[in-house]
Amino acid sequence: MVLLFAILIAFILYPVVRVLWIALSDETGNLTLIHFLNFFRRPLFREALWNTLVSALFVVVFSGFLSLPLAYIIARYEFRGKLLLQTGATLPLVIPPFVGAVALQLVLGRSGMVNLLLMRWFDTTIPFMEGLAGVVLVQTLHFFPFILLNTVVSLSNIDPSMEEMAQNMGCHGFRLFRRITLPLMLPGFVAGSLLTFIRTIDDLGTPLMLNYKNLLATQAYLRITTVGIDDVDGYVVCVVLVVLSLLSLLAARKYLGLAEYATLQRSAPVTRRLQGKKMFLVWLLCGAILGVSLLPHIGILLLSFAKVWSYTLLPTTYTLGNFAEILFRAPHFIKNTLIYTLLAAGLDIILGAAIAFLLLRSRLAGRNLLDAIATLPLAIPGVVLAVGYLRVFHGWDFPGLGAPLTSSWVILVIAYTMRRLPYTVRASYAALQQVHISLEESAQSLGANRLKTFIKITLPLITGGLVAGGLIGFVTSCVELASTIMLVPRIELGPISYGIYIYMQSPLGRGAGAALGVVAILLVSLGTFLTHRVFGGRAGNAFRI
Amino acid sequence: MKPAEVKLDGIGKSYGDEWAVRGIDLHVQRGEFFTFLGPSGCGKTTLLRIIAGFVLPEEGIVSLDGQPMNHVPPWQRNVGLVFQNYALWPHMTVFENVAFGLRERKVARSELEARVMETLKQVDLQGTENRRPSQLSGGQQQRVALARTLVIQPRLLLLDEPLSNLDAKLRIDMRIELLKLQRDLGLTTIYVTHDQEEALALSTRIAVINKGRVVQESTPRQIYEQPASEFVAAFVGKSNLFFGRVQQVDERCIEVQTADNLIIRTASPPSAKRPGTGDEVLLSVRPEAMELKAACSVPTGPNQFMGNVAASAYQGSFVEYEIVLTRRSLKTYAVNPKGKALFQRGDEVNVTFAADDVVIVRYD
Repeated sequence: MVLLFAILIAFILYPVVRVLWIALSDETGNLTLIHFLNFFRRPLFREALWNTLVSALFVVVFSGFLSLPLAYIIARYEFRGKLLLQTGATLPLVIPPFVGAVALQLVLGRSGMVNLLLMRWFDTTIPFMEGLAGVVLVQTLHFFPFILLNTVVSLSNIDPSMEEMAQNMGCHGFRLFRRITLPLMLPGFVAGSLLTFIRTIDDLGTPLMLNYKNLLATQAYLRITTVGIDDVDGYVVCVVLVVLSLLSLLAARKYLGLAEYATLQRSAPVTRRLQGKKMFLVWLLCGAILGVSLLPHIGILLLSFAKVWSYTLLPTTYTLGNFAEILFRAPHFIKNTLIYTLLAAGLDIILGAAIAFLLLRSRLAGRNLLDAIATLPLAIPGVVLAVGYLRVFHGWDFPGLGAPLTSSWVILVIAYTMRRLPYTVRASYAALQQVHISLEESAQSLGANRLKTFIKITLPLITGGLVAGGLIGFVTSCVELASTIMLVPRIELGPISYGIYIYMQSPLGRGAGAALGVVAILLVSLGTFLTHRVFGGRAGNAFRI
Repeated sequence: MKPAEVKLDGIGKSYGDEWAVRGIDLHVQRGEFFTFLGPSGCGKTTLLRIIAGFVLPEEGIVSLDGQPMNHVPPWQRNVGLVFQNYALWPHMTVFENVAFGLRERKVARSELEARVMETLKQVDLQGTENRRPSQLSGGQQQRVALARTLVIQPRLLLLDEPLSNLDAKLRIDMRIELLKLQRDLGLTTIYVTHDQEEALALSTRIAVINKGRVVQESTPRQIYEQPASEFVAAFVGKSNLFFGRVQQVDERCIEVQTADNLIIRTASPPSAKRPGTGDEVLLSVRPEAMELKAACSVPTGPNQFMGNVAASAYQGSFVEYEIVLTRRSLKTYAVNPKGKALFQRGDEVNVTFAADDVVIVRYD
């Protein structure tokens, strides 16, 4: 317990508090709001805040529009090709948003496929990808599955008798949806939206890739990397980010709490079969939505095999050279990723299981505080955590390492571990909750001591949950850019996401970057697939808070 | 609204290859309390949902007051349904829940309020109208569900195991409340349950359903006293069943010899239903019809056996015994045991019963 507290405080709470403290104190160490006043006086920052809020709001609204019909169709209808739709709907999650950004440039950018066609046929172009609009587009396409999955879960959790009762009372059609279905599914929908909101303001990669600088996350990054680690404004931006995320997280929790009582499920959800004309319409709708959301995947795949691709519809010559580059000339990106993420996932499983065990099976004082700190990373943008780490661990030799922690790759593993810890804590907590205490008690009454009971009874029963939690950690760490980009000590210590970022900086490196992107997609797909296998039909739960 | 009469004509519905119900013909009269009784999975709930309009039967016709209902959607049937899990909407208060049906019927505000309050009073829920369902006890939730359905004055009340989620004592109280309410309102009611006691206590008539078929349709008394099949005899109450062959038949009585050589005498039914000598028959004797005496002599006549007490369970109002004979065992109830000597495990006893208490369940 003490050890757990020490770890969580050292790597989560303290760095964040340091960031907070710097933003809130003056040179003499007194509490002050002067930096915040300065922040709001500067038009640049006011604009960044405004842009962040507006773009995140648009992402949420657009994602909501995409998700609602899809969610209703998935939850309520049975039709041929439904599995394809369900799989397709999670595919945007496997492509890292900053990779998607590059790929979408190729498809929808100024000289992308679509605009080249428009140019050829209508002598006009549409600036899909310019400025904030591009950021919103990329993020919407990447994040809408969060809302979709949450909404599907809460829709299918609605007890069918709730709706049947209303029908029995004379209510039907759209009125039934408005009076009964919508209010009952709203908590899940709103929680999903808030999660999307958090993810969106946390996303540093997309605006960087699209070269759009005036958002909070990018400003924090640019301040710290260009002006320097002592620049107060960077910290203020960080605090604003944390406050926004924290508020959304609290609201999401409250809404999900509301959802619990609405889902006293007893019978299986009712689905209707779709056939004929209606099925065709559904196919058309799903095809359109999925077609658009799969554009990035197509773009990145083409680019990874392209030798030359500029101002043409498709690459003019194809090559395997890009893959040769990343597999043989610079294989360290992939190797590093595997080492870091697997280590982080392993650590997460151990920490998550220990915390969950303390929460559910002990009566130690302070265990709820432990839970609170372990959940906190959900509301700490990667940039902020990285800034905190740089501040805390820079410039002094870490015991046993002989160098500052920030000059070692270990810092990346720690960052990944802490950022994904909430997932494994939740997964283990849920798994352990399923194991009724009487299962352990009956083993103990039959003569097994605590340790034996844990090894023989508890552990086998929660393994599935632990593995699933670890896999989610693995999947999301694979494509983590926000903290990576700030914490990578040297280029040869960088993981895939960093590699992609570096390659994409030069036109010649784009092919190799795309090849790395394909590798990232494959890794994430593999992880997601395994998660589905472990979680079974409830894979959607993996993407809830 | 005037209570409805319900007619089911050859109703059949299948899921996949299996018929959930088939060949159901029933006629529920106005004001009746009619019960579908059967084990879980027998098709009784499917039948109820067919009447409510949530399941479209593949065969047969459902009619209310002589009008075919098959293609009338649930929201136009004006049939009240109470779900087993109550299905109270968690996002609405008690008042809103109860008012829902009236709002759908565009009842004017003042009348709506009066009717909701009156119905809440009827089920003894005054003062809870601003609470949420989750703040109510199980019994209260149950009554909200009932009020919500009664307030629309349905022409038919459908109840799907409404008492099964209540604890034992409350269930018995609610049973009486429900009985009084239904008889006062004179509302045609169809009740689904697997609890034979509930069915016997509440119903004017019962249809016992097994494997999607009605196996007996009758008054509670007849169902219990004259079970028509082995299934009914075993499912409704407990029975001692005897397979045997008819040895003698006359105007007054029939004598049967069972496979394990017990001789049982029963009163002779009217000649049309009377089995002949050599026929195989199934006989049923209820446990409370059997009398136990300390064994004093070897029994000689029919309906007298000697055995040993294998188990005795004291239940307050009666004692349940299991008696082992040479090749089978019997269940007996000794009613009102207050002050009487009880038998212990291992005691040797004589079991006797009257010929009138032996029922011929079927013969072929």
